[in-house]
Amino acid sequence: MPAPAEFHAGFAAGLRGGELPPGLAACPAEAAEIARRFAVYRNNVAVSLVAALARRFPVIRRLVGEAFFDQMARIFIAQHPPHSPVLLEWGAAMPEFLSGFPPLARHPYLADVARIEVARGAAFHAADAPPLAPAALAGADPAGLRLGLHPALRILPLDFAAVDVWARNQPGAAPRPIDIARPQIALILRDRRLDVPVRAISAADRLMLDRLRAGRTLLASAEAAAATDPAHDAAALLLQLARDGALVAPADGVLS
Amino acid sequence: MTGLPPDVGVGFKPDHHAAIRRAPSQMGFFEVHAENYMGAGGLPHAQLTDLRADHALSIHGVGLSIGGPRLDAAHLARLRALCDRYQPDSFSEHLAWSSHGAEYLNDLLPLPYTPRTLDLVCQHVDQVQEALGRRMLLENPATYLLFADSSIPETEFLRQIALRTGCGLLLDVNNVFVASVNHRRDPRAYLADFPLDQVAEIHLGGHAEEALPSGPLLIDAHGAPVADPVWTLYAEVIAQRGPLPTLVEWDNDLPEWPVLQAEALRARDILRGGSGLARAS
Amino acid sequence: MTTRTTLGLGASLACALGMAAATTALAEGEMEKCFGVAMAGQNDCAAGPGTTCAGTSKVDYQGNAWKLVPAGTCAEIELPAAEDVTARMGSPEALMRDLPA
Repeated sequence: MPAPAEFHAGFAAGLRGGELPPGLAACPAEAAEIARRFAVYRNNVAVSLVAALARRFPVIRRLVGEAFFDQMARIFIAQHPPHSPVLLEWGAAMPEFLSGFPPLARHPYLADVARIEVARGAAFHAADAPPLAPAALAGADPAGLRLGLHPALRILPLDFAAVDVWARNQPGAAPRPIDIARPQIALILRDRRLDVPVRAISAADRLMLDRLRAGRTLLASAEAAAATDPAHDAAALLLQLARDGALVAPADGVLS
Repeated sequence: MTGLPPDVGVGFKPDHHAAIRRAPSQMGFFEVHAENYMGAGGLPHAQLTDLRADHALSIHGVGLSIGGPRLDAAHLARLRALCDRYQPDSFSEHLAWSSHGAEYLNDLLPLPYTPRTLDLVCQHVDQVQEALGRRMLLENPATYLLFADSSIPETEFLRQIALRTGCGLLLDVNNVFVASVNHRRDPRAYLADFPLDQVAEIHLGGHAEEALPSGPLLIDAHGAPVADPVWTLYAEVIAQRGPLPTLVEWDNDLPEWPVLQAEALRARDILRGGSGLARAS
Repeated sequence: MTTRTTLGLGASLACALGMAAATTALAEGEMEKCFGVAMAGQNDCAAGPGTTCAGTSKVDYQGNAWKLVPAGTCAEIELPAAEDVTARMGSPEALMRDLPA
C-alpha cells in the first residue's frame, strides 16, 4: 500500500488530467466504471472553480460570453490555481492573465474591467470602520480638519473607459455609447448598504483623496485639487463621501 | 460550549437574509461555511452578526483538508479567529481532503481507510481540537470511488477516530444514501454499524442522479429537495436515537426561502415524532 | 488673490461639512431601514467566490480550449457568445463592435 503522501500526490495528478492513480476500486470493478467515477471528482474540482471565477468576474463573463469565459477560466485555473481554501481572495491575477491571453489581444480594455472587479471583491470584504458621526463634521474648521478614508475605498487609474463598460453591463443599465480609448479613474467604495458602487472621478478628485489619505487637512487637500483644476468641486466630493459613510477617523485618530 | 439545540436549522445563504428577517424566525439554528466568512468585514459579517444575535450557530468548515498530507497552520489560525469571534455552538469538518502541496482543489476528496490514514486523520483531529480549544464534529463523506487498499470499514474508521480523539460525529444521512447507492450497498446496514451514540448533528440535503451502465450514480449536489428514501432513513435514525440537531443543506440552484424553510419544518415534524408528511401550512 | 481663493474654498467647505453632517444623520437612518434588504443582485457579483461542500452535477465540457489559442480569431469566437447575451440584455454585441481594439 502506498504511503499517504504518495496516494495524495497520485490522486491530485489524476485530477489535473494525468493518469488515473493506482489502487482505485468501484463496484462493479471495471476500468470504465472506475474512470467514470474518478471523472466526478475531476468535474467537481473544475466546475466549482470555474463557477467561483464566474461569480468573481460577472462583467468579464458577460463581455466575452459564457462559453468563452468558462473555457478561458480552465486555462486560468491551470496557470493560477488557488493556494488557499479562502476563495474570496483568489483571482487577483486575472487582469494580467487577460492582458497576456492571445485570443483577447484586440480587447486590451478587458484587463481594466477585471481590475475593477478584483477591487470590488476586495472592497466588499474589506475591514469595517465606523463612519464619522455628524457631530465630528458639523462646525469643524476645514483648515484644521483631517479625515480618514474607509479601508474599503479604492482608487484605480485605468487606461481605458472601463468604468463606463462596467456600468453599462450592470443589470438594467441603458445602452449608451462608450469612448473606450478615454482613460478613467475609478472610485470604488462600500456604501452604507454594504453595496460596492463604481464611479468615475476626476484627476483633481483623486488628488484630493490622495492628500486626505496622506493626512493633510481638508482645506489643504481641496486647495491642492483646485490648483490643478480651478473648477474642481471639493464640496460635492465631500458630500458624496459623507453620504456613503466613507469618511472615518484618520489613521492616527486625530481629527484636528 | 453547550452544543446545538435538538432542533432544525438550515445552511444560511446571503440571498435569504431579507426573507428570514421578514418574519419571526422559525429556525433553531443556522450553519455557515467557515471559508465564506474569512474576509475582514462587510456584508458577510454584518449578516452573520445579525443572525448570531438571536440564533444558535454552527460553523462548518469545508477547506481544512483533515484527510490531507498535513494541516495548513494559517488556515487553522483563521478558523480559530472565526470561532473566537462568533463563539459557535458547534464546529464541524469533513472526513476528506482538499489541498495538495500549495494547491487548493475545492472538492471533498476521498481517502483509503487504512491504519496509516487512521493515524493521520486522528493526528489532524487532535491538532484541530487543540488549536480551537474545543471538541469538533467529523462528517461522513459522500463518495463515488473506493480504494483497493481500504482495510477498515468507514463506520469503524469513524468510530476509531471518535474513540481516539474524543471528537463527535456529524451524520450526513444523504451522504450515507449517496455512497451506499454508488457502492451498491445497503444504507441500513451502514447505519446499523454507525456509532450513533457519537452523533451530535445530522445533515440532510438533496442529490442528483446520473445513469451509468451499471446502475445509478448519485451526486451530492445539494441542489434539490431531500429525497424520499433519505427522509425515511432519517426518521429511522431519529426513532432510534431521539431528537438531534438537524440541518438542511441547499447550496446550488437556491430556492426561495419558503421552500427551504418547508424542508426544515418537515425535519422538525420528524424530530417531534411525526411522519414528516403532515405539516402545518 | 490667493488669500481670497482660500477663504472662498474654506467657506464653501465649512458649508459642505454642515451639509455632510446632516446627510450623514439622514443616511444612518436610511441604513437601518435598508440593512438586509438589498443584498442580492449586484452584491452577489462582489461577494467573491464562495465555497461549498457539495459536489456538482453540472458537466465540465473540455476539449474546446484549443479554439481559444490561435491569435486573431477571438472575434469569431466572441461574436456568437455576444449575440446570445444581446438577446437577453440589450446590445453587448454592438458594444463589442464599438470598442476599438
